[in-house]
Amino acid sequence: MRWLGVLPFLLFVGLFLLLPTMHVVVGAFRTADGAFTFDNVLALNQASIINAYWLSLRVSFFSAMLGCAIGFAMAAAIVFGGLPRAIRSPLLTFSGVASNFAGVPLAFAFIATLGPVGLITVWLRTEFGINLRAMGFNLLSAQGLIITYLFFQIPLMILIITPALEGMKREWREAASVLGASGLQYWRMVALPILFPSLLGTLALLFANAFGAVATAIALTGSSLNLAPILLFAQIRGDVLGNPGLGYALALGMIVITGAANTVYIVLRTRSERWLK
Amino acid sequence: MTRFIAWTVFLLGCLFFFLPLLGTAEFSLSMRREGYTFDAYRSVLANENFRATFGYSVVMALMTIAVGVLLVVPTAYWVRLRLPHLRPVVEFITLLPLVIPPIVIVFGYIRLYNTSSFLPLTGSTTGTNILLLFGYVVLALPYMYRAVDTGLRTIDVGTLTEAAQSLGAGWVTILARVILPNVLVAVMSGAFLTFAIVIGEFVLAALLNRPAFGPFMQLIGANRAYEPSALAVIAFAITWICMGLISLVSRFTRHTRAER
Repeated sequence: MRWLGVLPFLLFVGLFLLLPTMHVVVGAFRTADGAFTFDNVLALNQASIINAYWLSLRVSFFSAMLGCAIGFAMAAAIVFGGLPRAIRSPLLTFSGVASNFAGVPLAFAFIATLGPVGLITVWLRTEFGINLRAMGFNLLSAQGLIITYLFFQIPLMILIITPALEGMKREWREAASVLGASGLQYWRMVALPILFPSLLGTLALLFANAFGAVATAIALTGSSLNLAPILLFAQIRGDVLGNPGLGYALALGMIVITGAANTVYIVLRTRSERWLK
Repeated sequence: MTRFIAWTVFLLGCLFFFLPLLGTAEFSLSMRREGYTFDAYRSVLANENFRATFGYSVVMALMTIAVGVLLVVPTAYWVRLRLPHLRPVVEFITLLPLVIPPIVIVFGYIRLYNTSSFLPLTGSTTGTNILLLFGYVVLALPYMYRAVDTGLRTIDVGTLTEAAQSLGAGWVTILARVILPNVLVAVMSGAFLTFAIVIGEFVLAALLNRPAFGPFMQLIGANRAYEPSALAVIAFAITWICMGLISLVSRFTRHTRAER
């Protein structure tokens, strides 16, 4: 009887979240007529697919690393840097907006700014004679994608790490300095070890966040950049790889990667909560 | 010295966020050589497909919010009241849409609910619309559930329920007239976020072939020069308005709570 209250919810998530996902996972190990097989997964072992995954992994990793570093620096600046308290809340509000501003419009914004005729590109060329293109910069490339992803990665980092930084107790710093620790020693031996699980966990989350993003990439580069989600998109649209079973295997690969990254995040998050209460 | 570094870091960061916004705004206004005009906006707003797809996405967003509220509020309420041991499980399930990429979920839909399946939703337009709607509800689930659950935490669910029951209220009355008004602010902040997400969503609508705003924007981006920037400005404004409404609404609660 008590279970009846959550039945609609369970039915809904069962039909529209769990079952479709399971179907993809199981489908990766099935032939066209339903027999068990490893062929689909083994078929992933071809140059174009491995390149797509490798490029996706690199873009996600670097955008997560840079997002983490810059977001951390900004959060540290507003929490410890002696900046007026009044800028904290607007920055967090903006971070809330920007971390949700992914997708097609974000790509447009960067094309208008750093694209071939974008604001900064033109400004640098006419005012300083700096030709970004000649210097090897191209927005419609992995580099450009990383810079574009930073627009939602940095705010996400700020949103997650600011509470952690605010949870650092003043007493720890005082205790360290009473014992004769320098600022650097305090950071190296007290603050960073405490923050480390949070930092690593957020890195994993940002990684998963970038890995699953597809709308920004498609709007920015068309289908010219060979990323795993773009490949899957094209495969769903029109079976570009000539093997219907391969779509399942591609999707399974994505679940495994984002799933692993999120597991790391969840595990490390519970660890960091021990300290930062 | 540290304060100097802090300011430098902060301002450089702000510059990174400010420049693309400036670039987009500037680009959207420079359709003519002579000077700034609103021609790109005029052209976008006059586009019939803009109105059609935007209208479609707005309706979808509102329906997503309605279905999401109907699904999440009773569940979160019931879990708090009667099945507290189930909370971690439900919470975990609601976070799954953040873990599984949307493109994988929609791939599952297309394969699972095609014309030859037990639930042939993709076989008809209405069916596909429903499937897209439910997909959006799934995408909104993490935000919606968290918002409502946080709202429920601030009220005494057990006492309110007992009080309502002893006055003879049934479950529907309790939910609609006691619980929902109490968590309305939380529901609304979830709703605005859902609205912002659904309006710009691309992957689900594109792969299910529905005429939504996201795929329209992508199409414009591939074919036009200045209109995309105008669309980006519009999309960003919508996101801002939604977030502004969230913070307005949550300021509202603090006020009512102080009075109590």
